[in-house]
Order: sequence, then structure tokens, then C-alpha cells
Amino acid sequence: MEVKDRPILFKPTKGMLDVPTHYCPGCTHGVIHRLIGEVMEELDIIDKTIGVAPVGCSVLAYDYFACDMFEAAHGRAPAVATGIKRANPDKIVFTYQGDGDLAAIGTAEGVHAAARGEQIVTIFVNNCIYGMTGGQMAPTTLPGQKTETSPYGRDVATAGYPIRFSEMLAQLDGSYYIERVSVDKVAGVAKTKKAIKKAFQNAIDGKGFNMVEVLSICPTNWGLNTEESLNWLRESMIPYYPLGVKKDLSKEEAK
Amino acid sequence: MSEKVLMKGNEAIGEAAIRANCKCFFGYPITPQTEVAAYMAKKMPTIGRVFLQAESEIAAINMIYGAAGTGVRCMTSSSSPGISLKAEGISYIAGAELPCVIINIVRGGPGLGGIQPAQSDYFQATKGGAHGDFHMPVYAPSSVQEMVDYIQEAFDVADAYRTPVMIMGDGMLGQMMEPVEFKELKSERVLPEKTWAANGRMGREHHNVINSLFLKTEALEEHNNHLGRKYDAIKKNEVKYELMNTEDAELILVAYGTTARICKNVIKLAKEKGVNLGLIRPITLWPYPQEAFDLTIGNTKHGYLAVEMSMGQMVEDVRLSVEGRKPVHFYGRSGGMIPTPDEILVKAMEIVGGNK
Repeated sequence: MEVKDRPILFKPTKGMLDVPTHYCPGCTHGVIHRLIGEVMEELDIIDKTIGVAPVGCSVLAYDYFACDMFEAAHGRAPAVATGIKRANPDKIVFTYQGDGDLAAIGTAEGVHAAARGEQIVTIFVNNCIYGMTGGQMAPTTLPGQKTETSPYGRDVATAGYPIRFSEMLAQLDGSYYIERVSVDKVAGVAKTKKAIKKAFQNAIDGKGFNMVEVLSICPTNWGLNTEESLNWLRESMIPYYPLGVKKDLSKEEAK
Repeated sequence: MSEKVLMKGNEAIGEAAIRANCKCFFGYPITPQTEVAAYMAKKMPTIGRVFLQAESEIAAINMIYGAAGTGVRCMTSSSSPGISLKAEGISYIAGAELPCVIINIVRGGPGLGGIQPAQSDYFQATKGGAHGDFHMPVYAPSSVQEMVDYIQEAFDVADAYRTPVMIMGDGMLGQMMEPVEFKELKSERVLPEKTWAANGRMGREHHNVINSLFLKTEALEEHNNHLGRKYDAIKKNEVKYELMNTEDAELILVAYGTTARICKNVIKLAKEKGVNLGLIRPITLWPYPQEAFDLTIGNTKHGYLAVEMSMGQMVEDVRLSVEGRKPVHFYGRSGGMIPTPDEILVKAMEIVGGNK
């Protein structure tokens, strides 16, 4: 079939390798990966970017991104990224982390990378659950939310409260740009890409710490289909984790 | 260049690392090694290199993982409880085959233990000390001069084999001052190019990945076999030890680091009493110098006496090396207590006399 006169509307991004991913049907990791790939391609930084994959569902992200990659120990990605960036200040460094990775086992590393103003980008994927290990309670699991390790619903009297990590890091003088976005609809995906691009541009400009928290879905471990999952994100997650810019020092610098 | 300067052990470590082209130092304060970090904090920024105080030993070793993975020479230092915290990272570094140097200025344990010198981290350093099938070369200098000399060696061995390397001193070696000479560094090794480094593709056709995950069982087994072959090569090529007076000994002492120095005095004291004692001083604790025992097994009448500042850890490797061919005795002090030459001599005379 002759297609040469037709414009190309959609093609793979050079920021990702042409390999199948292992993600479950309906999972939004793939969308977020692609946005990072597109941003690296558009900013022409694939060759000088070094990414750090986490432990968790996106542990194999190092096989998907086209840039050089590290696989970090659980929670340690911000420390690994710090070592990479300090040793190679001319390179762009990002971490890709889930909620358990960043907001539980890696709390110290995340907080201190932000406090030091590391000129890196952290993509924080929050889906309120541990996916890889099969659906256990995460630091971001909502009050009342049922998981394998909160089978009666998260009881805040014994399991405590979820952490709003973006708001927490925004309090630190060292953080530069922090925004929470969601990939539950097309407009949200576009906004997410804009936020990721801004975070990477800040890193290129020597500004940091940058974090984009992306509210994401986990149909498999939530026990919902994709549509129900997207609705649950909108109805349950967004009220607890309000979207928007939590901190943007570039706005203050412009004043 | 080769004049002698009086330096504290911990500071000499810092200076030696700088001269060995260490580009990044990541650390966290803990007694009795803190002067290493303080020295690096003072010097590294003035020569355009990186010093960073991490939020924990865990973060520091992971910063090493990051920097080392980009092919940069880097070092961290700590003391016993801090090394326990680094254990996770050391396992990942060994698994991902990243070259780096780790200093342990050992203090007494277990737990918070004490802050006085000890050799009670021998098991941890030489038997892996973290999860998984791995080893790392461990050097045990016994003077400030040797600490300096083996830093260069450690960086070279790390690069040559793509492995973490530990220098294990103790609180005494770290804190004491001795004259040291910083010799002109000339390595005879041809070090491989770090084509594996994930430091940005910059035109490279494929992306490099620093990783220790192998989900396929066959792949992980092959990786472990590969590590095993590497460890075999290290065992073959990198064993270091010193023999003293072992040609015709009533008893051969076995000691490393600080206790080896003390044992050298014991040999003198024994000689005054007309008793000939020898010494095997392992310089590499892993790989352990088994050949030193094969060489001396026929020369010792009453076997071997392991002397340690621990409840008896290296003595197990002595037994493994002796393989029942001669008696193996042990004398140890712990908790930060340093054995005196006299008390070691009493123990040695007891063995020598008792069997006569």
C-alpha cells in the first residue's frame, strides 16, 4: 500500500528502545515512560542523560529507556543519582521511582536529595500500592483502602496516614520545582508531559531539585478494570493528592 | 616528592586517595574514621573534585554506586556500624561489578560496641558481609605508611577486576601519627578501559546499563560463575603476606594490622628468652594467604598461634589453611583492648613449654 503522501502522526520516540515492556494491561507506567522518552528526544538530551530505575514495577525501566541507565537498590535512586550528577555535572540525571520506593524505604534519600538541591529530576509514580510484590499497603495507600496487608482497609489508628510527598518536599528550601499531575485523561497526559519537560529543562539549566509526581493506576492490584481504575483515581486519589504546582522557584525568580 | 611527613593515619588515607586520582569522596561522620572525611572536605573542593557528606552511610555507598558506575574513581570511609549500613550497597556494587575503595577503620562491636580499636569485623569483611555470592579484596595495612601504599594498590585492583576493594584498618592505625612518604605513583598494571561505564552515550551506539538484576536463573548463575572466575583470578594474582623468622620456629604467630606490629615485638622478647617464634602477617585478608601456611608447615614445631583483637575470627581461616596438619591456638582481646607483647608472650610460652 502506498503511504508516502500521508503525514506521520504518531511514531515511536527515540527516547525509548524498541522493546516490549512487561507492564500489565491498563497500567500507566508505559504512558509515563513514553512521555519521558519524548521529552528527552525533544530536548535532544538522550545522549547526555543518565537515568536511574527503582525497585518495584518499573525495575526493568533500564531496559526501556534509550539513554544510559542504572538500576538502584530499593529507595536509593536519589543517592545514586546524586553520585552520578556530582561526578558528571554536565550530564542530565533523572530517577524514576514508585511510592514505596520514594516515600517509604527511600524517604531519607529523597528528602536529602531535595534538601541539597540536587540538580536532578525525580519522576515519582504514585499509585497508592506496592505493585511488583502483589498489592501491599504503600506509604501513599489511602485511609480505608484495602490491600493485601491492609485487608480490612487502611486503619489510620494502627497503620498511620498516607504521606503527601510532594507537599513535604516543597517545604524544603532546596527543592526548586515540584508539581503533581495525573495521567487519567488526555489533558492530564499533556499536562504531565509539560511538567516533565519543565523539570528536565530546569535540570539542563542547572536548577534543582525537580520532582513531578504522577498519579497513576494499578488495575491489577486494585482489582478494578481500567475504566474503574481511572474513575477511582479521580474520585479517591485526587481529593487526597490535589493536583497542581507545589513549588516553582522560577516564578519567584522572574518576579 | 619523597620527603617524609608526619601524618595521622586517617589523614594519610585521604591524601593517598587524592594522589591516586580519587575524584569523588562520599562519607558520613563516625568515630574513629571521621578525620578521613574532614581531610577530604578540606582538600577536594580546592582541586576541583567532589566531597559530599551524605545523610547516612547507606546514601554514601549508593552515591559511590552512582559515581563508580560512570567510571570515576571514588572512595568512601566508615567504621564498623557504618560498614554494616553500607553492606546492602556493597553487595549491589559487587553484583554490578563497580570499582571503588571502601575504608573501614574498625572499632569494637557488636552493636554500637565501643570506639576503641578492634579487629572484630574480619568475618564481615572477608566472608561477604552482605547478601549474595560475592567477595571483595581486603587489605590490612599495619602502619600509616602501608595505609598510604595500599590505597593506590586498592584503586588499581578495583579498576583491574571491576570490584569493590576494602582497606581494613583499626582505630589505632587511623588515629596514630607516623612519618609517611608519598612515593611517586607508577602502576605497573595496564588497567582496562571503562567501556562499560554509564556516563552518557555521547554517540555510543548502545546504551550502557549498571545493574545487578538477573531475573532468569540461567543468567544469574552465569553471572555468579563469571564473578567466581574473577575471584579465582584475584586469589591467584593478588595474595599478599609477610613472613618473619619462620624458617625454624617453635611456634608461628599469625596476626594482621595492629596486632602484627605487636607480635613483632613478641618475637624479640621471645628471642631474649632463647625461644624462636615466627610470624605470618596476612596483608590481604581476602584472598587469604593459604600458601604462607603451606610454606611454613614443616618449620613450626608447635603449630600456629592466631592473635587477634577479636573473640576469634581470622583463626578460622588459619585452621582452614592448616587443614589439621599442625595445632592451631588462639589468643584474643576484644572490646577495644589491645593485647600487650607480654601477655602474648605468656600465651606463646605456655604453648611452647606445655608441649615440650
